[in-house]
Amino acid sequence: MDILKMTVAELAAALNNGEMTSVEITEAYLAQIAALNQHINAYITVCPELALQMAKASDERRAQGKALSKLDGIPVALKDIICTDGVLTTCASRILSNFVPPYNATCWQKLVECGAVLLGKCNMDEFAMGSTTESSYFGPTKNPHDLTCVPGGSSGGSAAAVASLMAPYSLGTDTGGSVRQPASFCGVVGLKPTYGRISRFGVVAYASSLDQVGIFSRCVADCADILTLTAGDDPLDSTCSEAATGDYAAACNKGVKGMKIGLPKEFLAEGIDKRIITKVQEAADKLQEQGAEIIEVSLPHTRYALPAYYVLATAEASSNLARYDGIRYGVREQGDDLEETYLKSRSHGFGEEVKRRIMLGTYALSSGYYDAYYNKTLQVRTLVREDYLKVFETVDCLLTPTAPSVAYPLGSVSDNPLAMYMGDVCTVTVNMAGLPGLAVPYGLLDEKPLGLQLIGKPFDEAALFAVGSALEAAAEKIPTPAIAVKGGQRS
Amino acid sequence: MAISLDTVDYVAALAKLRVEDEEKADYADKLNQILEYMDQLSELDTEGILPMTQVLATHNVFRSDEQKPSLDREKALANAPDREGGYFRVPRIM
Repeated sequence: MDILKMTVAELAAALNNGEMTSVEITEAYLAQIAALNQHINAYITVCPELALQMAKASDERRAQGKALSKLDGIPVALKDIICTDGVLTTCASRILSNFVPPYNATCWQKLVECGAVLLGKCNMDEFAMGSTTESSYFGPTKNPHDLTCVPGGSSGGSAAAVASLMAPYSLGTDTGGSVRQPASFCGVVGLKPTYGRISRFGVVAYASSLDQVGIFSRCVADCADILTLTAGDDPLDSTCSEAATGDYAAACNKGVKGMKIGLPKEFLAEGIDKRIITKVQEAADKLQEQGAEIIEVSLPHTRYALPAYYVLATAEASSNLARYDGIRYGVREQGDDLEETYLKSRSHGFGEEVKRRIMLGTYALSSGYYDAYYNKTLQVRTLVREDYLKVFETVDCLLTPTAPSVAYPLGSVSDNPLAMYMGDVCTVTVNMAGLPGLAVPYGLLDEKPLGLQLIGKPFDEAALFAVGSALEAAAEKIPTPAIAVKGGQRS
Repeated sequence: MAISLDTVDYVAALAKLRVEDEEKADYADKLNQILEYMDQLSELDTEGILPMTQVLATHNVFRSDEQKPSLDREKALANAPDREGGYFRVPRIM
């Protein structure tokens, strides 16, 4: 069997019964990256020596019957926003282009303790601010299904790596859709867990009340297994929840019989490609055939979630990014005095979109505008969350599009930030309300992958895995990108 | 409440960013487009609605005041653009 096409569960089984070694698996992935990354630019940093060293250690553990977990020896790629002790972590920004973290983020530390093998660090929009991965200081990532199109963003590298067989699974982050939208654009599974489900310690902050670590995988069952190993309370993150976690694997086989699935009418309206709306309805019919009850519901404040999100996210960003001053780490551009050093380091260190969002957030928090923008937004957030909690009194989860369109050509929104922001209309409300969201591939549209979104109750990822598995089984399969099939065989 | 070129200067100064003269009009233009879109929030009546700063029902978490291992000084200084001994070195402040 082709190593690169195996799921995480299949790799785990092959390692467990001695058919394969971690070194073999890791070498296969490193060869694919060596052949393909130059065309797709999914990785900012690849770490072959470290990966092989970790793989070898894993094989030795396993030979002694001391495997650390079922993921022991399986490679992973991490978004370059996740701190990795001793491995460059740039956030795709010039200002952090030389930053080598002195510690591990908790999500990565948990994987280390499971025996995971680090392949490298994935490309992203600078500081996770974008929906296309075009704002990276290291150049854009291309969509493996069509190299002229964006992979989505901000976790575009993590999504493209999994889609193009350059990683079996990866981690990203999702502040307003940054896992679910690129997962949909690249044809892979993408989970944004409930806010607080996975620790944010050691993950570079964009908008702290919205940020959440997420998972990319090739099937729903893998995603469930990875959440099982990465979720849970962390003494190093005061916003990480104490809510009980579980073994999510069982949820994937539960089926949808008797489940109530809501179709929010505000998500099936103007602004969304009509053919995508048709696909959502078709998917709902298929879930109904499997025994689910489909109920039309309403989330009346949905249209205010997007403008409110951009006030809130930029306000939090302007505060979070104040720490980059060229003093303790990162790139310093020395001026005559301290003030000049701040100005030069920040102005040259940040890219255009990051500076625009800092300016927007600073404006929204500035004297005289705080109530009109920031405080208003927090009130809208209450209304948005109340809408959801109300519909969850009658339904178990919601089915919606992930994005208003499929992947679009590179450069098509680069001079129009507002047009790019509009693409987040289906995803941001989930972050505003702190809910879990799962993007599941659902066939092709215009020969590009389409993903549908499931939205769940707080801390009920299990329901998403149950419905997500059913949706996955009913969906038209998305073929492996042609470039990825050829990749490994190229010299 | 449109953003003028002077507002761009004012906000950039607050954010410790330098915006070149030739960039100002573009910043003002794009920020105004975004703010105009955000202004639809004002049509929504939020009188009496409590602002939500956190979606989690968080509570204070206490731990005993015990010393635990912390970051090694050399590691903490390893990324310093400029250092002297055990300190970060910065340009003159005044």
